[in-house]
Amino acid sequence: MAGDPARNDPDPVAGETGDAAPVIVARGLTKRFGAVVAVDHLDLTVRRAEVYGFLGPNGCGKSTTIRLLCGLLEASEGSVTVLGHELPRAAEAVKRRIGYMTQRFSLYEDLSVSENLHFFATVQGLSAAKARVRISELVERYDLGELRRRLAGTMSGGQRQRLALATAVLHEPELLLLDEPTSAVDPQSRRDFWDALFDLAQSGTTMLVSTHYMDEAERCHRLAILDRGRLVADGTPEELMAALPGSTLRVSTATPRRVQQWLARQPHVIGVAQIGSSLRVLTDRAEGGVAWLSPQLNDAGFQALVEPAPANLEDVFVATTRQRARDRA
Amino acid sequence: MKLARLLAVLVKELRQLRRDRLTFGMIVGIPTLQLLLFGFAINLDVRHLPAAVLDEANTWRSRELVAELRSSQVLDFRHHLAVPQQIDELMRRGEIGAAVVIPRDFERRLEQPGEPAWQVVVDGSDQSVQAAVRQLASFPLASLDPVRGTRAVASVQIVNLYNPERRAPINTVPGLIGVILTMTMVVFTAMAIVRERERGNMEMLIATPLSPFELTIGKVLPYVGIGLIQVSLILILGIVVFDVPIRGSLLDVYIAALAYISAALALGILVSTLASTQFQAMQMAFFLFLPQILLSGFMFPYDGMPRAAQWLAEIFPLTHFLRLIRGIMLRGAGIGELWPSLAALAAFILIVLAFALRRFRKRLD
Repeated sequence: MAGDPARNDPDPVAGETGDAAPVIVARGLTKRFGAVVAVDHLDLTVRRAEVYGFLGPNGCGKSTTIRLLCGLLEASEGSVTVLGHELPRAAEAVKRRIGYMTQRFSLYEDLSVSENLHFFATVQGLSAAKARVRISELVERYDLGELRRRLAGTMSGGQRQRLALATAVLHEPELLLLDEPTSAVDPQSRRDFWDALFDLAQSGTTMLVSTHYMDEAERCHRLAILDRGRLVADGTPEELMAALPGSTLRVSTATPRRVQQWLARQPHVIGVAQIGSSLRVLTDRAEGGVAWLSPQLNDAGFQALVEPAPANLEDVFVATTRQRARDRA
Repeated sequence: MKLARLLAVLVKELRQLRRDRLTFGMIVGIPTLQLLLFGFAINLDVRHLPAAVLDEANTWRSRELVAELRSSQVLDFRHHLAVPQQIDELMRRGEIGAAVVIPRDFERRLEQPGEPAWQVVVDGSDQSVQAAVRQLASFPLASLDPVRGTRAVASVQIVNLYNPERRAPINTVPGLIGVILTMTMVVFTAMAIVRERERGNMEMLIATPLSPFELTIGKVLPYVGIGLIQVSLILILGIVVFDVPIRGSLLDVYIAALAYISAALALGILVSTLASTQFQAMQMAFFLFLPQILLSGFMFPYDGMPRAAQWLAEIFPLTHFLRLIRGIMLRGAGIGELWPSLAALAAFILIVLAFALRRFRKRLD
């Protein structure tokens, strides 16, 4: 994780100037579709050259938030400032300075790699000469050289993602918004893709990436966890793990399925997941988990070994999203 | 607006069109098929029409008339009748399409110009039959030429049994230019724009600085060219196959066509802002197509329509285009003389395009 001196700064306000000014500031951002609240009073601050992750289950409002930030949707309530421009009024000015990679592949499948790149270069306002230089640079960087004549529709998921990324950064945007960029990509391509994102961050590009992969979320500088349109937690991955209200236990037993079913009914248990032959139990008890659970399992007639386990991001995710579901119930 | 962006969209559209075999086939296929189908259905050259003859005069002249009619090959006399009632029966059963009636006082009537000497009863429910007989009747027949040098054209009376409203079939081919352009242009443009939305390209496009004007105009410009190709195809087929005249100037024909293509494209753009799937676009285009066909004067004569329908027809661009193209091609009028129709088309284009571009939002909600 790159060190960020301003990390603990609680709430930088919109309208700051200079490099320290946040790239995205959203306050009370709300989007309703009829009776459905897709984004519910979201507060968000993203700083320059940061890789900011959006973690959340499907339908939690990640895509809607990204579209609001691109100016593709108009907020029902709240304010958004992107790159110093207030939306929706300055949507067109923002569009010139951002790159957007849609969740669904949105380049032309019946055009070749090079035709797609040239089309979007012109659309982004690059001169013909500049476009040529920039495209050959990107083709090189994203390993598209041998695919130049291939129709985009005939390429693999990983190849398409590289092309989509190359297209999104043609005009060297200051802010890149990526909506689940790796959902249709194999693990090796995902790794390569994230390396490419960090290269961009290195050169000063700010990125907002939505994902539902924990390993990807863990690589972000900062992270927001979204659940049903609300921001339920945000901070660096370390902060989030450190702030986990409960604790994690590993339960080794010969009958994991039965123990899991029993555990799921117990109070203080937020989540149980089977990992190999052992169980990973998330409780809302911060301290003394082993001393609490071990005798209970014995009383229930199970042979089990309970040990403390280090928290990970998935625990944070489960704890924050489940907690809210319980509060609601 | 930036010209480079508009051109980029145009080039992209042409590239996609080149790879889209189906659309490419439709560009040529629809006009050819439509013209041949409509064209032959309205073909004047009907031959061997089943007919009956009721020769009450039975003189050498009447027999000569029947022989001459038979030799024209238009009518095929299958029945020789004795009483007029049989005509009704045969026609109702669909056994004959026409009947020639030669009255008892045929000779006397021939001597008196102005009075019809004989009669053709025609099944008016069939347009092509009616047209064929009508043409036959206007043919000067030697046998009806009692005094050399005078033509006996007027001496036949045509009784139109089931369709008193008659239609000039030659109107159909120029009209077909309008109908085919309506069908293809509205659908092509609406689908081309909606396709971007359906395939997800639009989300990417509206996140770029591309303006609605650059996008839509860039996208539809190739279709102006395609429309002109279609017009040429219809004209060539119309002239070669159906011998349709172009009495006015060819340039005027193309000016009128260009104006109408633009109107149809504007309508297509409007449809594209209302539809969210290609299927919906297709449905809407069809919904707009039908009343135009029915009310524009293509199917039924404008003057015969009730006042309210006429007002409605004035809104449709096809109505104005039909006036232009029939005026130019059939009556040899100059486009300047027909300026009100051209002005109406121009107004339609401006209003619809302005409305469509206003509706086109660079947003998803």
